[in-house]
Amino acid sequence: MTNHWNDIANSDCVMAIGSNPAENHPAAFGHITIAQDRGAKLISIDPRFTRTSAKADVYAPLRSGTDIAFINGMIKYVLDDIDNNPDNYNMTYITEYTNAPYLVNPDYKGPADLEGLFSGYAGVSNEAENSKRKYNKSTWQYQKDATGVPIRDMTLQDPNCVFQLMKKHVARYTPEKVNAVCGTPVATFLEVCHTFAATGQKGKSGTILYAMGTTQHTYGTQNIRSYCLLQLLLANIGIAGGGINAMRGESNVQGSTDHCLLFHILPGYLKVPVDADATLADYLKRITPTSSDPLSLNWWKNTNKYVVSLLKAWYGDNATKDNDFGLHYLPKMESGKDYSHISLFEAMNDGIIKGLMCWGQNPAVGGPNSNQERAAMDKLDWMVVTDLWKTETAEFWKRPDADTANINTEVFLLPAKNSWEKEGSVTNSSRWMQWRYKASDGPGEAEDDLWMTDQLAKRLMKLYAEEGGPSAESITKMDWNYGAGHPDVHAVAKEINGYDLTTGKLMNSFANLTADGSTSSGNWLYCNSYVEPEAEPDAPIPGNRSSRRSLEDGPFNIGLYSRWAWCWPVNRRIIYNRAAVDLDGNPWDEEHPVVKWNPAAGTSGAWQGDVIDGGGLPMNQGGHYPFIMKSDGHSSLFGAGMAEGPLPEHYEPWETPVDNAMSNQTSNPAFKIWHPNEHGTSDKYPIVCSTYRVCEQWQGGQMTRNMPWVIEAQPEAFVEMSEELAAEKNIANGEKVIVESARGKVNVVALVTKRYKPFQMNGKSVHQVGVVWHWGYTGLSTGDSANLLTPHVGDANTMIPEYKAFLVDVKKV
Amino acid sequence: MAEKAILYDATKCTACRGCQVACKQWNENDEFIPTIQNGVNSTNRGSYENPIDLSPQTWLKMRFTEVEPSGGKLRWLFTRQACMHCTDAGCVRVCPNGSLYHHELGFVAYNKDTCTGCGYCIDACPFSVPRYTRNIITGFAKMDKCTFCTSQGLDRIAEGIEPACVKTCPPKALRYGNRNDLVAEAKSRVQVLKLKGYSGANLYGENELGGLHVMYILEDSPDVYGLPVDPQISGLTAAWQNVVQPVGWAAGGLMVAVLGLNWLVARRAGVNKETK
Repeated sequence: MTNHWNDIANSDCVMAIGSNPAENHPAAFGHITIAQDRGAKLISIDPRFTRTSAKADVYAPLRSGTDIAFINGMIKYVLDDIDNNPDNYNMTYITEYTNAPYLVNPDYKGPADLEGLFSGYAGVSNEAENSKRKYNKSTWQYQKDATGVPIRDMTLQDPNCVFQLMKKHVARYTPEKVNAVCGTPVATFLEVCHTFAATGQKGKSGTILYAMGTTQHTYGTQNIRSYCLLQLLLANIGIAGGGINAMRGESNVQGSTDHCLLFHILPGYLKVPVDADATLADYLKRITPTSSDPLSLNWWKNTNKYVVSLLKAWYGDNATKDNDFGLHYLPKMESGKDYSHISLFEAMNDGIIKGLMCWGQNPAVGGPNSNQERAAMDKLDWMVVTDLWKTETAEFWKRPDADTANINTEVFLLPAKNSWEKEGSVTNSSRWMQWRYKASDGPGEAEDDLWMTDQLAKRLMKLYAEEGGPSAESITKMDWNYGAGHPDVHAVAKEINGYDLTTGKLMNSFANLTADGSTSSGNWLYCNSYVEPEAEPDAPIPGNRSSRRSLEDGPFNIGLYSRWAWCWPVNRRIIYNRAAVDLDGNPWDEEHPVVKWNPAAGTSGAWQGDVIDGGGLPMNQGGHYPFIMKSDGHSSLFGAGMAEGPLPEHYEPWETPVDNAMSNQTSNPAFKIWHPNEHGTSDKYPIVCSTYRVCEQWQGGQMTRNMPWVIEAQPEAFVEMSEELAAEKNIANGEKVIVESARGKVNVVALVTKRYKPFQMNGKSVHQVGVVWHWGYTGLSTGDSANLLTPHVGDANTMIPEYKAFLVDVKKV
Repeated sequence: MAEKAILYDATKCTACRGCQVACKQWNENDEFIPTIQNGVNSTNRGSYENPIDLSPQTWLKMRFTEVEPSGGKLRWLFTRQACMHCTDAGCVRVCPNGSLYHHELGFVAYNKDTCTGCGYCIDACPFSVPRYTRNIITGFAKMDKCTFCTSQGLDRIAEGIEPACVKTCPPKALRYGNRNDLVAEAKSRVQVLKLKGYSGANLYGENELGGLHVMYILEDSPDVYGLPVDPQISGLTAAWQNVVQPVGWAAGGLMVAVLGLNWLVARRAGVNKETK
């Protein structure tokens, strides 16, 4: 989240799209309720009428996978309205804080000119060959002056400026086109537009709450970008009650992402080294953004300090200047290779990966195309499952159709402790690191993850020291010292914060980290979280800022709760808060100021409020541009780094019942197609299907499907469908039906509801259904897993699987 | 002592059913969930709503109603189904031995130990809340319903804490407090809802049956939610309390008096015998 949970209460308009917070974030929904009590409007945009829709002021249906068409339509509405009513918008914000005035290479061409493609595509429209499904991005670059600074047209009139390119790009997304693509009635779409566009006024705020309905598509990243563009045009980033807010689906997803759960990053979002990085200097040169503009702070220029401090934390005295601080101990990715979930399971299926550690994850239920992922486990030599329960993954050979005679995988189950059976921190969607204490002992032989990691590391270090092996030094050179017995969780937290290695004191800020090896930090973003006791004496655990529990509202009484726990970076509760003020440092919203320049404070003025982003003076006094994490200092309406284009363009999901109403390019031209033979077509599978969760069950189901009270509340897997579809198929409410895709089929209960309606798109009627995905074949309550239906395709930028839009048919049993 | 109540704001409820589960958890109503070997024997009947009805093990359940007037907007209404804790409580009127009684804070408490399982309360309740089971071995029956978290040994109210359902409610659609305060709060909430365009918004339970101790804020007429618009104690129930019970008590009293007289006469006879 750019903002945080409590801040939703400050919003004037909450737009939930690709998310269903009343269902999946029920506790957090209370913040929305407070906003509504204050008079805020809630907009719910969803293929079906959800629990969130039931509480919304405006509900707009859209066919699954058509967010970009919807949001581009909204952007067009806003840009047209800016032409007519510029005073209703914050034009200073748009020109000064975004890259709207930047001039782009005149050779750039967009989908309006190239039939759905951008300039530089290696293949042709609907190219099927994976090697050609990519772009040469040279024409997407900015025009720069002699000093290398991007050229801007502050009048926003140049035909090559981002603002004009964007206008041209979205001009095609008329309300009628939105209706033709999304199936949203024109009047409802316009109601959403004028309700949310009203937050473009100075002093008004709108927030977008999104979740997996946004991300789990072959163009999920572009879905998010479309929201960002809208929010930037409405000047909603950086302010209270605004922002782009990803609601995380688990209590510590944010924390695990920050600490590099994903394959392409090291802790603190540092890029992973690749085989081409021969030296530390090569590596740093490749990953460190540069800027020639003295007004751009370009915070990532400090990458070298964070990398070296990380290596010092991991390899200690073995990381020296002479050995590139141990960079070469780290595994390096093959350039251009992908190691995401789908790729890993493909490699297991191909026999390339022989062993799997499955730690708190249940891919036999949660993985896409789970038939294939379960079968991939058959081919492993060994598998370790660390979990609270015997999950479907831990017992993958017990699946209904398993050929047990030919499975030789050796499986180890490590019983784990639950979050309240161990001490440590979790980081929530708000980026708040919150310390938690052990409440009870775990059952039986259960151990906590930290103990297991410590034991693994210690035993591996011993084995490699004694027996050697490939890349042995990666393990043997580690600085591993968290105590002889049970590892000290505080020692780990302190290492993550980092030390001044000269004095041995804990660092107080990442601003003081160095690239000469004299500091360490296991994650620069968490530097400032665990400091010397005298620097934070009043915390329940002195020095541990995440243990703070003050209920004081905080600066300007806008609910920052700055002394409740700690949040990254440096306890900044709303990131990009430099954009919350005008060029003189005065808040756009006097009622909810986030930060404010007080010229009377100190000797020559000072910032007040939230922890200011980047420090320095207001822009009019020579201060830097507000978006300090962007190399140019401006937020990107135009994003040249994206795989499938610098502006979001509507493509259909891989499997779709309709032609693309916007162009001849059917699906995203840049995602990888693994199994063309498993592509379902609308003649056999005419119904759009999505998967989702319900409030009463949890993820892969092991924590709830073993709990009788909860099972009673939501006892069986079901497919929701409209009364119209049920009538067509002669299906009665509550009877068992078969839902089938090109990958598999499930036998589930039909839940016939008024809350799904067929989409009417350009005279064509399209049905959508939804299957809940919590069930599997182990536990107290069993049932078919919805992911037997989902395809093995993922987002072009992140490879997150497509769980939300694919094709099925539904039949009576 | 000031009367207490629960205020349920249906317009804020997201039907997460935390209350339904918390009720079972606190009141230890878990032992009768039927289990089969490989799973819990409970089925989805084509609805988010489950179990299908109140039972001796389900004192509170959420009801889901899809409403779509022709040409109007679809709504998904959520309602709480549990004891309403009436002031003029039919169940208390008919309970032959005071097992159901008014707590000093106003709501209808229940002493399960003394319940004889007569089942009169079931017919007397205008909201169709009490349920009873008969033990097939002993033949004894017991009634069950929401006790406002005052069951013996599990009394939250005596400890000064809110009922379990209220405690767990994330959007604070359930509130516990002094009834007068909640009525005032509810009335202003209804005004806010009317200003937001819910012209049919209303407070249910302020005056119904002498005032309920579980009041609802609704955005539409109570019958849309499956609630009786003007709940009444049936004539028979009233007759029971006003006619049959007094006669019964009189008969019982007469019986006691006769027995006492009998004892006195017998004692006198015995005394006479001893003195002879």
